[in-house]
This record gives sequence, C-alpha cells and structure tokens, in this order.
Amino acid sequence: MKTELTKVVLAVIVQEPQLVSGGAPVFNASSQEEQERIALYLSRILNGMVHDLGNGVFIIVNH
Amino acid sequence: MLYHTSIIGGLAAGVLARLFMLRLDYRQYPTYPHDLITHVALGSIAALIGAVFIPALLFKQYTAVTFLALAAEQFRNVRNMERETLTKLEETELVPRGIDYIEGIARTFEARNYLTIFTAVLISGVIFWLDWLSAVAATIIIITASQFLKTGRVVGDIAEVVAARLHFQGPILMVEDIFIMNVGFPPAREKILAEGLAVIIKPKDDNGRAILHNVGQRQAILHTAAALLGTKRDIGEPDFMPLARKNIDTGAIGLFVLPLEKDFECLRNIIERTPVLESASRKPLDAQAGRIASD
Repeated sequence: MKTELTKVVLAVIVQEPQLVSGGAPVFNASSQEEQERIALYLSRILNGMVHDLGNGVFIIVNH
Repeated sequence: MLYHTSIIGGLAAGVLARLFMLRLDYRQYPTYPHDLITHVALGSIAALIGAVFIPALLFKQYTAVTFLALAAEQFRNVRNMERETLTKLEETELVPRGIDYIEGIARTFEARNYLTIFTAVLISGVIFWLDWLSAVAATIIIITASQFLKTGRVVGDIAEVVAARLHFQGPILMVEDIFIMNVGFPPAREKILAEGLAVIIKPKDDNGRAILHNVGQRQAILHTAAALLGTKRDIGEPDFMPLARKNIDTGAIGLFVLPLEKDFECLRNIIERTPVLESASRKPLDAQAGRIASD
C-alpha cells in the first residue's frame, strides 16, 4: 500500500528567517525571485502545492 | 413444443434489451471492448434465467425455479465486480470519479441485469399465452420504456449554471465570493486567471441545494468536465486541480477548472448533463419540516 504524508507543511521558504521557527525545514531566499524559484523546485520535488501565507512566507503542502 | 419457442423468444428479447441498455459514450465505461463481451455474456445468462422461469413453473419444476432464484443471486456479484474494477482504476485517475459515482455505476449494472431477467420472463410469458406478434410489440415497448427510464435526472434539472468571474484576493483563488484555494506560486496565478474557467451552479430549490451539498455529486461533475474538456492538471501540478466549493450561505457551488478547451458553453452543457447520482439524491422538500424550513 502506498502511504503519503498529506496536509503537512513539508517545507517553508522565507526571505526573513525570523518569521518562522522549528518544525518543517526552512529555506532562506535572498530575493522574491529566488523565493519563487525555490518554491517551484520544492513543489515539483515534493509533489506539493505552494501556498502563500501573505506575510512573505511560502509553505509547501501535499494534498 | 410451445415452451421451446417461448424460451428462445424470451432469451432473444432479454439479450436485445441488455444490448440496448449498454451504451458507449464518453465515460468509456461500461464499454471497454472486453467488458462489452463480459456484459453481453452475463446479460445472456440473465436472459436465459428469465426465459425458462415461466415454462419451469408451468411444468411444475419447482426445484428448477428454486435454482433459478439462486442463479439470480449471482448478479449481485456484478455490482462488486464493477465497484472493484473502478475503485482500482481510481488510483491512477488524476481527477477521480469519486466513490459515489462508482457506486452509482455499479448499482446500475446490477439493476440492468435484473431488468434483462424481467424482460425475458415477460416476453416468454407473452409468447406462451399470446403469440409472436404480441411478443414483438411487447419487446419494442419494454425496450423503449427502458430507454426512457434509464436516463435519470441530470444536474440541469435541479440547478442553473451561470458564468462566473475568477479572481484572486491576495493568494486566494475566488469564484465570485466563494473561496476555492490558496495558490502561492505567482506564475500559476497568472496562468489560472488567463486560462481558467469558472461557473456558479445555482440550485433551483432546496432539493437541488441538498443534492449539490453532496461532495460525491460535485466530484462527479468535476470528473465529467475534466474528461470532456481536458485538464491541465498533472502529477506535480496540484495548482491546476479542478475544484468545486460551496457558498455556505446560499448553497450555490463555485466551480473552477483549467481546461484544455476553454469554452464556457460546452462546460455549461457538460455540467447540465451530468447525472444526479442516486446516492446524492435528497428531497428535503418532501418532508413537512423541510417545507416549513424552506420559506
């Protein structure tokens, strides 16, 4: 049987590291473009979806 | 010798009825070529069971009749067979049918075999007591009736489909005022705005509202839309998943798809012709409390 981790924050991509702590892996980006690029790569690797929390934090969640 | 003709006549009518009830359409189901053979074979057995029923009774072969009843039990397995096949295929379906739709299909298969038995019983009886001409007329009537009866209600009967505006509130994808999902990746947002289609499905009354409330019904609509218009959803592209969400205040459904063929009229047509699933069908207006609550 196939098991998948769903509805879990798999990764966090931020420009300002002080916004997040603990839990999921955090990736720091130095610019908006880099943040979007990392988010795209990670979403493809993890088969997840990029969500924008509105405060400059992107998270990857598998649904 | 009369019972020979009545058995053959009943068998022929039953098989004919089963053939008319098998339809090849966009679902590519039931009629994968090999499944067609399976179902025609099962239909023939069903017809044979029905055709020998009356002669067996008339010749006081009660043991035979009991065995026929036992054989009819086998058709219950048809439902299981269909359910298992479709549920297994569901794993590789990018826009799944949903368990409710599968149940509906499986149930239909079982029921159509019983209809075949019923047709065969009736026609063999007509041949036995009346004549060939009446049997032909009765077959035509039964087949025509089953063509009408097998088409149940469609979404167009219970709801109205109108075009809707797709827009973003920050990262949140909205269909008019209905929340659909949070799309974080900006290029995906642009693509959705440029190529997406959105509609609102407005229930015509409280019965319609209760039907659209059913998640399985919504999934059936999405599956049909994605199957016919195509979808840009792929493995690793969850942003383009077609979704249907409810306006919790009015019960209207906001539906979003990213089709390969962007054509609103076609989408409306598809949604209106999606069957209302038996398991989703609910009639609160038939209850006194439901009627009072509705005004």
